[in-house]
Amino acid sequence: MDSILNNLYVFVLATFVGLEVIRRVSPLLHTPLMSLTNAISAISVVGALVLLGEQKSPLSTLLGGIAVTAAVINIVSGFLITDRMLKMFRRGGPRR
Amino acid sequence: MNGEAAHAAAPLFTQVSYLVAAVLFILALKWLNAPDTARRGVLAGEVGMLLAIAGTLTLPEMKSFHWIVLAILVGTAIGIPIALLMPMTAVPQRTALSHSFGGLAVGLVGTAKYYQWLVQEPERLTHFTTGVLAFEVLLGFLTFTGSLMAFGKLQEILPTRPITYRGQNIVNLSLLAVAVVLAVWLTVDPRQSALFPVFAFLALTFGVLLILPIGGADMPTVISLLNSYAGLAASAMGFVLDNKLLIIAGALDGSSGLILSIIMCRAMNRSFTNVLFGAFGQAAAKGAGTAEERTVRSAQPEEAAEILRSASSVVIVPGYGMAVAQAQHKVRELYDQLTKRGVDVRFAIHPVAGRMPGHMNVLLAEADIPYDRLVEMDEINPEFPRTDVALIIGANDVTNPAARTDKSSPIFGMPILDVDKARTVMVIKRGMSSGFAGIDNELYFMDKTLMLFGDAKAFVGEVVKEMG
Repeated sequence: MDSILNNLYVFVLATFVGLEVIRRVSPLLHTPLMSLTNAISAISVVGALVLLGEQKSPLSTLLGGIAVTAAVINIVSGFLITDRMLKMFRRGGPRR
Repeated sequence: MNGEAAHAAAPLFTQVSYLVAAVLFILALKWLNAPDTARRGVLAGEVGMLLAIAGTLTLPEMKSFHWIVLAILVGTAIGIPIALLMPMTAVPQRTALSHSFGGLAVGLVGTAKYYQWLVQEPERLTHFTTGVLAFEVLLGFLTFTGSLMAFGKLQEILPTRPITYRGQNIVNLSLLAVAVVLAVWLTVDPRQSALFPVFAFLALTFGVLLILPIGGADMPTVISLLNSYAGLAASAMGFVLDNKLLIIAGALDGSSGLILSIIMCRAMNRSFTNVLFGAFGQAAAKGAGTAEERTVRSAQPEEAAEILRSASSVVIVPGYGMAVAQAQHKVRELYDQLTKRGVDVRFAIHPVAGRMPGHMNVLLAEADIPYDRLVEMDEINPEFPRTDVALIIGANDVTNPAARTDKSSPIFGMPILDVDKARTVMVIKRGMSSGFAGIDNELYFMDKTLMLFGDAKAFVGEVVKEMG
């Protein structure tokens, strides 16, 4: 029961931190924001890696393998594309 | 208690790397606040993710690595080309596709854990864990198929108009109700494994049915909602695996999606329920075409160039049509020409312009237009009465004055860009077809409005040629 409660505290606090931090993101950057949070939520790779590494059953290895692949696609393309987008945002003033 | 921790505490390195990763993820989003620090945010996120993966690979329960190496290689080999080769106009599709991959990963891990525990460690399937696991699988799988549908619509593999049938909402809600009943049943009796495949199937089907009635203009809200679901699903996985890093990262993603959905709904003056169950654009679209012929003033590129040249302030209003016509680079040339002549040019960005939050900003930034020229709706609206020319490129409903005045209009109450207050209004449009909401735009029939008929890219190109 303790660990459930601990986890709930963590969830509630992290949600508040998230709401406060993200409220401040300029609408200018809403697309990069979505692709960055998408890359971050591919943290589910952690659970998938354990499935694939501990090899407890063929089913969990198979599903884990697909899950790791899907999550890694999101991690790699998510971070790269966010950076590619952000590189394009430049300030005005004298040009080049 | 009921997680990995019950077996053996994770090694110190893993615990520390997870903690640092959680901090880095929060910093990543904090640094994304402003364009100056945003790229540092991406770096923080990348380091956090690498740490989390390293911490996981050093866990003692890891027996074999060859499948892991293979899966990571395949994922990287697919991910890099997607990121580097994809045109910026395809960002909404890519985002939908990645939400779908995220949902799939979460749903599959949940499924695998259920069967693994059922067979090997039934004592781990407590009521609480099974309940959260069911929630994780439901959200994961519905995000998977729902986002795939969104991808299909954005890529125009599927029809972009809402697909509706009689009793649709009743079918959707009963399906969801059955899925919830099964989830509760599994929570009460976790060993009822026969229910699990049915439950997973219902979750997958619900995702498809949920997105069927959603049309293109509602995509910004729906993508944000799916973003939120993907985050919540990852958080639920954290509860199942007793992993705080997952809970934190999922909560961050969930709250981000939630904030964006709220902003999008407000920008359309609609509620979540209305977006999800309203099938916007369908009923009105049927009535379109019955409108009587009315006259509009139209102009050729030469005339448009002349008017722009003599203006001292111009506000350009881009919409999805600009993205479709890939006109952003021609628009930049126009911006250059006008700026060179001392005309003050700004861009008015409506929150729901395009197919995802911030879509227009990314396209214009790609075309090398400085971001301080991109102005949000609330800031630009008071400026329109002082604007010589409002040039609308591929936007329709977000400029329709009916939203302010016509109580019977389906878009009544939606905040719009007050382009009708500018001295001259020019609208680049292919023809007189109605916008997404399927209604006439009074703006086009005003005396000060000039319709510039043609493809956005070609027309802007000719205007630029006239000016050069």
